[in-house]
Amino acid sequence: MTENGIGAAVRRKEDHRFITGKGQYVDDINRPNQLYAVILRSPLAHGKIKSLETDAAKAAPGVVAVFTGADMAAAGVGGLPCGWGITSSDGSPMAEPGHPPLAVDVVHHVGDQVAVVLAETKAAARDAVELIEVDYDDLPAVASLDAAGAEGAPLVWDDAPGNICFDWEIGDAAATDAAFAKAAQVVSIDIVNNRLIANAMEPRAAIGDYDSGKDEYTLFTTSQNPHVIRMLMGAFVLGIPEHKLRVVSPDVGGGFGSKIFHYAEEAIVTWASKQVDRPVKWTADRSESFISDAHGRDHVSHAELALSEDGEFLGLRVDTRANLGAYLSTFGPAVPTILYATLLAGTYKTPAIHARVRGMFTHTVPVDAYRGAGRPEASYLLERLVDRAAKVTGIDPIELRRRNFIKPDEFPYQTPVALEYDIGDYDAAVDKALELADYDNFAQRREESASRGKLRGVGIATYIEACGIAPSNVAGALGARAGLYEAGTVRVNPTGSVSVFTGSHSHGQGHETTFAQLVTEALGVDFDNVSIVHGDTAKVPFGMGTYGSRSAAVGGVALMNALEKIRTKSRKIAAHLLEASAEDIEFKDGKLTVVGTDRSVAFGDVAMAAYVPHNYPLDTLEPGLEETAFYDPKNFTFPAGCHICEVEIDPDTGVVDVVSFTAADDFGRIINPMIVEGQVHGGVTQGIGQALYEQCVYDDSGQLLSGSMMDYCLPRADNLPNFAVTTNVTPCTHNVLGVKGCGEAGAIGTPPAVINAVVNALSEYKIDDMPMPATPERVWQAIQSATN
Amino acid sequence: MTTKVSFTLNGEAVSAEVDSRTLLVEMIRENLGKTGTHVGCDTSQCGACVIHLDGRSVKSCTMLAVQAEGADVATIEGVATNGKLHPMQEAFREHHGLQCGYCTPGMIMSSLDLVKQNPDPDEKQIREWLEGNLCRCTGYQNIVRAVKAGAQAMRADD
Ligand code: FES
Ligand code: FES
Repeated sequence: MTENGIGAAVRRKEDHRFITGKGQYVDDINRPNQLYAVILRSPLAHGKIKSLETDAAKAAPGVVAVFTGADMAAAGVGGLPCGWGITSSDGSPMAEPGHPPLAVDVVHHVGDQVAVVLAETKAAARDAVELIEVDYDDLPAVASLDAAGAEGAPLVWDDAPGNICFDWEIGDAAATDAAFAKAAQVVSIDIVNNRLIANAMEPRAAIGDYDSGKDEYTLFTTSQNPHVIRMLMGAFVLGIPEHKLRVVSPDVGGGFGSKIFHYAEEAIVTWASKQVDRPVKWTADRSESFISDAHGRDHVSHAELALSEDGEFLGLRVDTRANLGAYLSTFGPAVPTILYATLLAGTYKTPAIHARVRGMFTHTVPVDAYRGAGRPEASYLLERLVDRAAKVTGIDPIELRRRNFIKPDEFPYQTPVALEYDIGDYDAAVDKALELADYDNFAQRREESASRGKLRGVGIATYIEACGIAPSNVAGALGARAGLYEAGTVRVNPTGSVSVFTGSHSHGQGHETTFAQLVTEALGVDFDNVSIVHGDTAKVPFGMGTYGSRSAAVGGVALMNALEKIRTKSRKIAAHLLEASAEDIEFKDGKLTVVGTDRSVAFGDVAMAAYVPHNYPLDTLEPGLEETAFYDPKNFTFPAGCHICEVEIDPDTGVVDVVSFTAADDFGRIINPMIVEGQVHGGVTQGIGQALYEQCVYDDSGQLLSGSMMDYCLPRADNLPNFAVTTNVTPCTHNVLGVKGCGEAGAIGTPPAVINAVVNALSEYKIDDMPMPATPERVWQAIQSATN
Repeated sequence: MTTKVSFTLNGEAVSAEVDSRTLLVEMIRENLGKTGTHVGCDTSQCGACVIHLDGRSVKSCTMLAVQAEGADVATIEGVATNGKLHPMQEAFREHHGLQCGYCTPGMIMSSLDLVKQNPDPDEKQIREWLEGNLCRCTGYQNIVRAVKAGAQAMRADD
């Protein structure tokens, strides 16, 4: 292993600026002469705008302009596009309502944008927003899936009858029916996957800066994928060609999916900046984040598993309704379909699977990808169902899982729901997790807890996810409206230092470190002589960004391919300098050496020769040393693993305490184990958050009741134990790095492990279900109803 | 109505004309240009804005700028001295106590106050102390490790 190369727990390059307060997040940026934008948002879930009076606001001190949806529409501004089209099982396309950045005539959820005030100070803008008078006709609203699907329910969109956006299916219904017909036993479950709000600690922000001298626009935005924003906003909303639009996402304070999407505010500040010919800055208050950041999850499902006499899974039938919110967010329709139902095979050899998914509109904030995006929903459903099957059949839950695992010699494995898994070893992950969790001695710990009046439970879950999204042609066939490759450029500077330009975007993942490790590994260049540039469309050639645990598996591989081109060219230059043949040149310790000799040239001298080509094969080779690669993956990657949770419940209060948590994950080859472990910690914490604390609550009229950090409970330091984390490596077979991705796994495997543990702890009360989040109130109530 | 507010910021005398409703964090970020102190919420829940006021950690979003008149204010920018990182900053890097970095200034400022009051905090005490600082990235485990190591290094330095 090269020092600081692949596999080393290198300390992070990016940390210095963050620990000294020198990070540069969007709200830290101020443009000369900038104005502040504050947005008036709908207080109603559904309402018709009868009148909108802005004169008083326009006249308020410090106010420069006020714009409404009518102004933007009159200027020809388009709607926010959806990046993924889903086709219903009857062949019809999904309902795709328009989504103007500022509402025109009708508001569709609390928080919908109605008008924007631009003023000299934020305070002046805030004051003026209060002066806008809107007269609404309060219309009936639907906030939940049940309400949206009820007979005669109010419609969110007239052209989506029954509030159905799409009614989609995957798998073989007839084969699944046949499997159920021959089943010895059938186990079923009703599952709710609770609605969540990502709550990255940095609220979203955007600055639009129009340069009238050049007729060029710059947008600074808190995005996980600035090129995607440039494409969507430029082409669909504002009609600005790429060469006139620069999108910069500097330091971004966490995303977890919520900063993938193209949001109205980005278009509003960019457009408004041109109208007033001044920079326009908008920063969300946390209260605004709650009602304008895309939410996550929100599924209601019924699932049935057909088993043979000896516990072999024969068939799986799933019916899911997914809340999409009022409008289609960028990837909204893909999450409960392509990213969810294709994962329903899990780690198991279930031969027949059929899933129906109905995407439904409600008068709520749009729902889109949140850490895991579809895969946590699949794994929660499946692993709760398998635990229930264990109970019904009397087979030990671990044994039942093992009996049905796809075995290492059965890869590549084609599932009945479209995916082909390349590699894995699920038994090995289970073995590691059991050992690390000291599972064998659980009974003793349970007794010890009981002696203190506490109920102890253990829960296990395995999971699989499809990451490294995606082979573009496959994604295209599935409805993606963009490619999903990644780009990377390696620029070797004349003195041999290296600048890398990657289309991946780091907002906590540490790419500035891990990607530099790849360069060090490939070129032998000192780690400190490498810098990673990301998040600026003016610098990076192209990029699809960071989400779905794709950065290493797609962006990292693109970078490796560019590095390989650099190596090839460097060998040719070295061959010339050393008067040898390129095939005989090897990279070693930062030098290029003629194999089997001590003749070598330092990499820095090769770089210098490329830029000062006095002694250089100019007739066959261009000067310079810079290469770009675009990499389109051949398949998804399939991280998988086993999580084990132990909880202790206080039966008097219902409080659930996670007392130990173990994760054994297979992420393929690992570039930086320290960073990977950190990703697992964060993911597990969000998973525990979903299982025990977090719940987005709307009342029946569509008011968000959990609209602040006082009402929406995020996991805190004193809620959590230390996690025991290990990995089990089966390298991905179809990318040069052998990597699979690690960002989401924690959030995927954790919720079912926690809830299985809670249900296990409550087994003496014959409680076999516990909705998420398992709050003290719910647990206490369940115990009360079981005992009374 | 604007008021002139003056205080010491990281050892230097500073002042600004601010609206009387201006929050201390707004004055620090907007008027004084020190953007290391962050804003993560509007309900005093997240701790991204923690600074020291007269030597105690406070949430700078939860007080008015005028309340800091004459005070001794310290922010993350003043923690390293002469380009040398403070042991607590070193510990956060060494133990991977940060990912996106947004919560980090508040975490470090909080932790420094903890160690001042309790030079050798155990894990439980650290977790309880940091209960008012949210981090959405790290799951806290490495932050707790960092604080423990930082405290140890600070004891060794004394
Ligand atoms: S900004 Fe959240 S507590 Fe101060
Ligand atoms: S490191 Fe991102 S919020 Fe703590």
